[in-house]
Amino acid sequence: MTNPLVRRIGLALAAPALAAVFAVVVSAIVLELSGSNSIDTFGTILSNGFQLETFVDTLNRATPLFLAGVAAAIGFRMNLFNIGVEGQYILAAFAAAVVGAELNRFALPGFLHTLAIVATAMFVGAVWAGLSGLLKVTRGINEVISTIMLNFVATGGIVAALLPKVITDPTAPNQGTETIAERAWLPDLNGVAEVVTREIGRGRELTGVFLIAVVVAIAYHVGVNRTVFGFDLRSSGMNPFAAFAGGVQPKKMVFLSMVLSGVVAGLVGMPEILSDNHAYDQGFVQGLGFGGIAIALLGRNSALGMTFAALLFGFLDSSSAVLQVQASASAEIVRIMQATFLLAAVVAFEFVNRIRQRDEVARASAATETPNGPTPSIEGASA
Amino acid sequence: MSWFTNLPSWARWSLAAAVGMFVLTVVQRVSGTDLLTEEGTAQAMLRWSIPILLAGLGGLYSERAGIVNIGLEGMMILGTWFGAWGALNWGPWGGLAAGLVGGALGGLLHAVATVSFGVDQIISGVGINILAPALTRFLSERVFSGEAGGSVSQSPRVDGFGNFTVPGLADFLGTIRDQEIFWISDVAGFSRGFVAEMSWFTLIGLLTVPLSGWLLWKTRVGLRMRICGENPNAGESLGVNIYGHKYLGVIISGGLSGLAGAFIVLELAGLYRGGQTLGRGFIGLAALVFGNWRAIGVLAGSLVFSYPFGLSLVDFNAESSGGATRALLLVIAIALAGVMVWAQRSGKRGDAILAGLFAAIALVWYLGTETAAAWLPNTMPYALVLIVLLFASQRLRGPRTAGLPYRRGET
Repeated sequence: MTNPLVRRIGLALAAPALAAVFAVVVSAIVLELSGSNSIDTFGTILSNGFQLETFVDTLNRATPLFLAGVAAAIGFRMNLFNIGVEGQYILAAFAAAVVGAELNRFALPGFLHTLAIVATAMFVGAVWAGLSGLLKVTRGINEVISTIMLNFVATGGIVAALLPKVITDPTAPNQGTETIAERAWLPDLNGVAEVVTREIGRGRELTGVFLIAVVVAIAYHVGVNRTVFGFDLRSSGMNPFAAFAGGVQPKKMVFLSMVLSGVVAGLVGMPEILSDNHAYDQGFVQGLGFGGIAIALLGRNSALGMTFAALLFGFLDSSSAVLQVQASASAEIVRIMQATFLLAAVVAFEFVNRIRQRDEVARASAATETPNGPTPSIEGASA
Repeated sequence: MSWFTNLPSWARWSLAAAVGMFVLTVVQRVSGTDLLTEEGTAQAMLRWSIPILLAGLGGLYSERAGIVNIGLEGMMILGTWFGAWGALNWGPWGGLAAGLVGGALGGLLHAVATVSFGVDQIISGVGINILAPALTRFLSERVFSGEAGGSVSQSPRVDGFGNFTVPGLADFLGTIRDQEIFWISDVAGFSRGFVAEMSWFTLIGLLTVPLSGWLLWKTRVGLRMRICGENPNAGESLGVNIYGHKYLGVIISGGLSGLAGAFIVLELAGLYRGGQTLGRGFIGLAALVFGNWRAIGVLAGSLVFSYPFGLSLVDFNAESSGGATRALLLVIAIALAGVMVWAQRSGKRGDAILAGLFAAIALVWYLGTETAAAWLPNTMPYALVLIVLLFASQRLRGPRTAGLPYRRGET
């Protein structure tokens, strides 16, 4: 622990590792207390994990989670809590499904049809999130409250009001919009994946939205770390007063980052619309927005971290389905594991952060107490 | 308007309620319905307001102690499961106590994360909101699915508390109501909903309002909790145990949210069912903001927010289908017109134009429809919160340091 670099890397890895161990221990205790065999359960989860189909399933589940994570992270980067990713993506997916179904009647090339659907989703997500941004900028309304309220207005109000008007078959058990024409569907990526793997079985199809997620990941990483906007965003988050003094307009930043967050949130429902169901119905997938917040927290708002977090949660979700089939343990244990991991991780991050700050104070005081000693390393001060 | 602001808060709210009743009376004469001031509406409103009230009061304790509690919803969910479990084993009182404890455990978790470890308060709250439904679903799979009528998502039926009617007063109000005097009979009939066939649990819920007001503003421990939310460093310098009082506030907050969950199980649903809280924790949070972080304000907020829903319970059935809910649009239009006049007189042109625009939309909506859609009452509370915040956010002031992390010795 004498080498500061080793210590810093160790600290960075310690938090997630500690959290993972804690989550596993807690879930094991819960499993044993409720009369299941924890070793068997974890064994099932792991052995399932080594199958190609599980991997594809994991990627499919991780894709929307990752997108929702990026949407939340854009806000988090400047201490803006967009709790409304949930409402934004549901409203966006609904609008996209309606537009997609309407466009069935026109002779369009397939890619234009797809593009119109994606653009609608991004636009609606941006408008709904931008509304919260506008309320904050013009009226000082806390975005946590306004996004929560707008979630309910979107799902319980707008979608509930408009869905009956676009339902095609009122006798169907799961009523929804008209199915989007096949030309607009995104092709699955099985062919690409099978270049390096064996044939993917069990009807699993790797969603084409995965590619969109990769593009978003790169754009997010470059945008936040390598552009002026990203610099303004991060500096507003770290010290809004310093950022303001440096010429960053706080109101503009709040509004823009909410809009961008909404743009990405709009994409969250796309796997469902473009690859899975091709329609919005009453059973449309919910809860991805809150899942995305978890991903952003676990991944510490970095593209790489969120990728790992989304893959982990996607994998656990996919295990939950297996546990359900095998009935060896309650599938809900997976959710408990996720939530425990999340809570343990945020506590561990905070804890490690404090050790880091203490290190820094120690380094700074050591450097100032011995003015004739070796020059303090600048690298350490920027950590 | 200085005479109005000089009144004590109970008098201000009572006056507002009387004016509100007058508007309701006039509107329902115009719209040809009598449900707006009906006793059944008041009863339903009161019953459905209690979970919102308890959650809002929970938020009050927590935020007054300087900790924002987005996890109210999760703690309420814990309260629903523990409430049902307690009620199955030990009857209604057991359910009440178990719900309280279950919610308080959630509060304890939030306190450990935010106070001891300094985790961001929103983040911890979101985590609890994710954990709670998972935990309760797991628990009901283990505990309830073996029992008759139970499954992974619901518990067997449980019994609630009994009802009572205030003797004398209820009859008296009933007599006045039957005289059919304009406004006075309406007020009497509506008020009768507050004294007739009320559940004991509802009474307990209502009693927490004066209790909380007294505890937070008239006792030493309340003062100490409030200083945690206003200026913890000053409190620390006076020797107040800031961490301890923050813990207390957040645990009480969880306990009240748990009580709200137990109320839903015992009095509203008669069983535990996954997802039955329907975001009421968040409406409680909204009631807290609406009520300007005051106990009686939270009560007013929860009654206003549950009114559309209470009305919809008597309005959407075999005889009626949304006529009275439609009339509510006229009430909103009138209220917004009032806001417009008030904003104009205080020299806020922008506010006046905005309020006028919204009033016009509500009026057109009212005139253009015969009945309201079933989704409208469910959305109204949320839209109402946004409208209130839109025009009053400058006048509302929460605890100064709520949401900010506090470390002993760091300023």
